Amino acid sequence: MLAKRIIPCLDVTNGRVVKGVNFLELRDAGDPVEIAKRYDEQGADELTFLDITASSDDRGLLLHIIEEVASQVFIPLTVGGGVREVEDVRRLLNAGADKVSINTTAVLNPKMVQDAAARFGSQCIVVAIDAKKVDNQPFEWEVFTHGGRKATGLDAVKWAEYMVSLGAGELLITSMDRDGTKIGFNNPLNHAISEAVDVPIIASGGAGNLQHLVDGVKIGGADAVLAASIFHYGEYTVQQAKEYMKINGIEVRL
Amino acid sequence: MKKIDIAVVDYGMGNLRSVSKALEHVAPSKNVLVTSNPVAIANAERVVFPGQGAMPDCIRELDARGLREAVIHAAKIKPFLGICIGLQMLFEHSEEGDSAGLGVFKGNVKRFAAVDMHDANGEKLKVPHMGWNQVYQSQHKQTPPHALWQGIEDGARFYYVHSYYVVPEDDDITSGYSEYPSRFTSAIAKDNLFAVQFHPEKSANAGLQMLSNFVNWLP
Repeated sequence: MLAKRIIPCLDVTNGRVVKGVNFLELRDAGDPVEIAKRYDEQGADELTFLDITASSDDRGLLLHIIEEVASQVFIPLTVGGGVREVEDVRRLLNAGADKVSINTTAVLNPKMVQDAAARFGSQCIVVAIDAKKVDNQPFEWEVFTHGGRKATGLDAVKWAEYMVSLGAGELLITSMDRDGTKIGFNNPLNHAISEAVDVPIIASGGAGNLQHLVDGVKIGGADAVLAASIFHYGEYTVQQAKEYMKINGIEVRL
Repeated sequence: MKKIDIAVVDYGMGNLRSVSKALEHVAPSKNVLVTSNPVAIANAERVVFPGQGAMPDCIRELDARGLREAVIHAAKIKPFLGICIGLQMLFEHSEEGDSAGLGVFKGNVKRFAAVDMHDANGEKLKVPHMGWNQVYQSQHKQTPPHALWQGIEDGARFYYVHSYYVVPEDDDITSGYSEYPSRFTSAIAKDNLFAVQFHPEKSANAGLQMLSNFVNWLP
């Protein structure tokens, strides 16, 4: 049976892994290559790197990090953050990324998702959706861009369906309300999207303990769960997370 | 020309870096060449035939580079490893874009149904089939097990990402299978050829073991 995946997420800036709360207050968490190797040894199913650097000067640094990781770690690598054109996708794939995650650009220029999927295949195009619960709209969850600062007026569930129709092979759903809070994933949001689309979804934002990972799969219907802080500071290893999921009846790779 | 131990066939579709990096990792002393030159493929001791994206595009790009004959020839005579679309292209026909394959093996490539697929827990199954699934090794009249399964546990998990799967006419070539939710062929073996639907280059230790087995395989 197909295993549910655990994906540690590494937010990278200036060549270092950092972690913030609600996209603010960044704390240093270490060297990306070392951290990637550690997670691989612990049994991580994939790794996601998000480039949270604002300036394009540092993009070359991330490409170099991806090259380093890809020559030492043989599990799927997803890279996102600042992907604006099809050419950015190509550069990241050539550096050793297996999938590229597209976020703000998908909203500004949906055709870019379509073009990238047509050129490189849906299997490597992940669309990242940052969503927040709202009460001023005729729907429950709204898509936000620019690291959660800009409202788009888009219904997150409808947006997910549209992205899949353009060729997204996977969706990374981050709850802006939950990110960095450690109170658990937004399971109703994830469940609504998981039911609406056929492609796998990754739950992100809010994991604070191992039960949250279990709930993300069992209640939220996620195919994979992404977490950062619970792993970065050594609270839990990926191995411990998988063992906990297994005793809770979830199929994992051990 | 420097001796080429392993040629990785490059026809411009997707990223071959993972495949070559993983081969270099398991065989640091070997000369691994990513190439679109039919002569290099003809001269190489072993050939790896990867693939990503849509099969009609892969076939078109393969032909655009004049690689069809070199690949078919290599598949017949030298240690050959097909990966993902590199497995699917070996068959006669794919439902993907209603396209013809290379026809090295009789059989078709079909799409997962997507609607109404559920696992044993009643959960909805997604397409693409993405992630780590168990691979069971068929004995198919072979004892001991095929050289490429050496040191790999029966039922070990490998990383998959695909929406289509092969249905060989001759089930005797099936060397491994997975379930999603029905059983499908995920590895084939015939003489000097082995081909897999999953990605050994992304399957951690089990995958590296398979690549290492391939590099040392004397069929």
